[in-house]
Formats: sequence, C-alpha cells, structure tokens
Amino acid sequence: MEFLQQLINGLQLGSIYALIALGYTMVYGIVKLINFAHGDIYMIGAYIGFFAVGFMGPQFIPALILAMVGCAILGFIIERFAYRPLRGKPRIAALTTALGVSLLLENLVRKFIGPNYIAYPTLVKSTTIYIGGLQISNIKLIVLSVALIMMFGLQFIVLKTRTGKAMRAASQDLDAARLMGIDVNAVISYTFMIGSALAATAGILVGVAYPRIDPYMGILPGLKAFVAAVLGGIGSIPGAMVGGLVMGTAETMVLGFGKSTFRDAIAFTILIIVLLVKPTGIMGSKVNEKV
Amino acid sequence: MAETLLQVEDLNVHYGAIHAIKGISFHVQRGEIVTLIGANGAGKSTTLRAVSGLLRPSHGKIFFAGADITGLAPHKIVARGISQVPEGRRIFPEMTVLENLELGAYTRRDRAEIKRNLERIYGRFPRLKERSRQVAGTLSGGEQQMLAIGRCLMSEPELMLLDEPSMGLAPILVREIFSIIEEINDAGTTILLVEQNANMALSIANRAYVLETGTITLSGAAKELAHNERVKKAYLGA
Repeated sequence: MEFLQQLINGLQLGSIYALIALGYTMVYGIVKLINFAHGDIYMIGAYIGFFAVGFMGPQFIPALILAMVGCAILGFIIERFAYRPLRGKPRIAALTTALGVSLLLENLVRKFIGPNYIAYPTLVKSTTIYIGGLQISNIKLIVLSVALIMMFGLQFIVLKTRTGKAMRAASQDLDAARLMGIDVNAVISYTFMIGSALAATAGILVGVAYPRIDPYMGILPGLKAFVAAVLGGIGSIPGAMVGGLVMGTAETMVLGFGKSTFRDAIAFTILIIVLLVKPTGIMGSKVNEKV
Repeated sequence: MAETLLQVEDLNVHYGAIHAIKGISFHVQRGEIVTLIGANGAGKSTTLRAVSGLLRPSHGKIFFAGADITGLAPHKIVARGISQVPEGRRIFPEMTVLENLELGAYTRRDRAEIKRNLERIYGRFPRLKERSRQVAGTLSGGEQQMLAIGRCLMSEPELMLLDEPSMGLAPILVREIFSIIEEINDAGTTILLVEQNANMALSIANRAYVLETGTITLSGAAKELAHNERVKKAYLGA
C-alpha cells in the first residue's frame, strides 16, 4: 500500500517533469539545441499564473490558458531573436546563448518581482479521496489528468495534423523538409511555442501542487527534465513522457523511503547510468543510414 | 516555339572561402531533359541546391518561368513549381511510404487532386502501393529512389531537379529509373538531371552541359557530346 501511495506521488511529480521534458526533446529534435532557458520558461509560466489569479481571482482554467499563451509568445520571441540569428553557426554559440537567456529570465524576475519565495494562491481547494486503502488528493488527480490531456493533445498534433507532419519531417531531415515546400522557420517557431506552452502548464500545476514559487524554481526541475528527456531518448516525444514519469517516480521513491538527502542525486545517477549503458535512451532512435 | 523555363545567369556560389561555382550560365527549355555531367566535386549538386534555394548564390541570377527567384526561400520555390529529388534520396526514414508521399504534396491544398495524383503515382510504382503502410527506412535502395521520385511528383512540379538518381543502385535498377525519368518527361515535366553516370544521362537527355571545377567547359546536344572525344575520354570510359 505504501508503495502504491508513493507511486501515485511519483507520477504526480513525474508528469510535471514529463511536461517540461517534452519541450527539451521537441526543440532538440528539430534544431539540435539544448534549450537551457526552458526551465525558466516553466518558472515564468508559474508567475503568469500567479498574476492572472491576482487579477481575476482563483480560476484554474483561465489562469492555465493565460500562462500557456504568455509562454508560447515568450518562446516565440526567444527563438526569433536569440536563437535564429545563430542558426548555421557553431552549435556552442546557441548553447551559450541559451544559458544567457536563462540567466536573463531569472534576473528579470528577481529584479522586477523580487528574489523571495511567494506563496501560490489556492487555485483548487484540496480534498482527499479514498480509493480502497489509498488516500489521493484531488490535486494529484487534477495534475495527472491535465498532464495526460496535454500529452494526448500533443500526440494528436504531432501525428495527425499537417503542422505535426511538417514537424516530424523537419526533425528527421531539415533540408529534405525544405524541399517538400515546408517553411522550416515557421515549423521551428511552432515547436518553441508548443514546448513553452507545455512548460507553462507544468508551472501552473507545480503552483497548485507545491504552492510556492521563486525566480530560481526552474533550475533544478529544468535539469531533471533534461535528464528525463535524455533518459527517454532525446528527440523522442513518447520517450520524454516515459522518461519524465520514471524520473519523478524514482525521486519520490528515494524520498519516500527515507533517503531524502539523495533526492536530487538520483536524477544525475540515472543520467550517468543511461549514458554508460544506453546513450540513445529508452526510445531514442538508433542512427542508421542506408546508402 | 520553345519557351525558356529555367534561366541561370552568371551563377556563383561560395562555401565559406571556397568558390564552388564560378559564374556558370545555362538554361532549360520547357519540355526538355537537360543534364549536367561532370566528375565528383565539379559543382553539380551545388548548382541544383542553388536552384532549389537551399544555397544562396553569392552572385548571379536565377529565373523561373520569367520571374526572378534568386534568393527565395526553398518552400517558396517549391510552391512555384520546382521540385528536387535530392542526392541520396533523403526520404523520411521513420515515416510510412504514404506519409512521405503526402509530405510531397505539402504545398498542394486540393485534396481531390492530391488523391488523384497519389493514385497515378501508385499506378506508376505498384511497389509503393504494396508498401504504403511500411516505414520508409525499411525499403530497399531502389524502392527508396522510387519513393523519392514519387514524393517529388506529388507536388506536380513543372521542373523536376534530379540529383544522382543512379547512385548506389544496381545496373538493372538504374535502367529502370532512367526509363521512368523518360516517361515522366513524356508526360510533360521538364527535367534537369545531374549525373555521374554520363552514359545513361546522355542517352536520355536532349542537351547537356559539362561542369569542371565550377565552370561549364562544354555544352551542346546530348547526342553530339556523347561522340565528343574529350567527353568520351573523361566521362564515358572510352
């Protein structure tokens, strides 16, 4: 029973990691950039939610939508002005820029909103549901179902829509995608926007589930979600979902069974093991070329 | 009176400090098969990549159907009616045959027309129809080349650019691919063909240009070039 209880806690944390990991993996899949500012977009999403609630009261869905739209616009702007001018240049240039954007976002929030923790307003009143011998808070159910809806929505976009097909084509062969008549710049913009909207969702869910936020809240979850993306196989969307869930569950299990000092170490232990044993990750495509 | 479909004037392309194409001019009339032949590294693929917009010329002009298309983004050039079968085929390996073909029609909006076109391509390549649900990366080399050609035709191009369609294929498949290229041309598509297999290329082309280290050194009717002593010696293995 204790194990199941911890598993549910783990899935809650894991679905948040998964939502962030999706943005890393989608962006990497197309432009081969580890967008280190992605964790900070998640932080901005949480802050947008906080201010949205300040203006219109505790309404979960409108706050979520506002944060998603706001972060999508932010993602678009960052790609357009920070990364696009560096496309085709050595990759280290864009990577360094990503770190710069990350610091910029953190310090803008620190300067204009303040460096301290803010208590997140209650968006959803907490109640406990008993199923069998398990105690599950409604918040966990909300976090899990919102994350699931987002992931299904993403799968639908990627697999079924014209834009999604263009995204997959661009991630497999950028030049061939251009030759199909796909506007690759537009596809890259969409990818950043969708990834950022998913990170905003994670930001809101974290505000609901672990109700306090600060300008640096994106650093560690960002890194862990990156590890989750590598674990799942960077570039693979289902991989990011699985990787996120595994990461969250592993972390919660370590926490739940008494080794709280190892909480953050587990992520990086997993990273080292993955890189040693299966560098392409759980669902990463192996690189094979036919001549 | 034949109309000039593609006109390239004084094209120059640089890769960093390397001057890959040094001021070449050529043209393709509507309905022709024109081939660029030359050794590895002569600049044949670079020329095609400049025409389709993947590379930006450092100097010179490219006109298509009378309009200046120099420096346009590749997707705009595809929308105007130029489509390329790239070197090495470059199919989308993790997508199905059908998805690859659908991507070929990305610039097309008329669903009924896309469907008719798909049936036409399946008629020409029955093997692709049999394998339409199969992931493209698992096709054989010859099938992948057919898929690359079919995918290109899905955009219903006026001008088809073919880059080394014979590469890596067995001789019997090479003959099959070249007879398909002739059929496509007979059906009304103009073709600009880049080939190292000069024998095959000259056998189906109307006219040819010989490219050597970024410069056109010879040009003329394909039949005449096939009997030119220099061409024979350098490219036809005679």
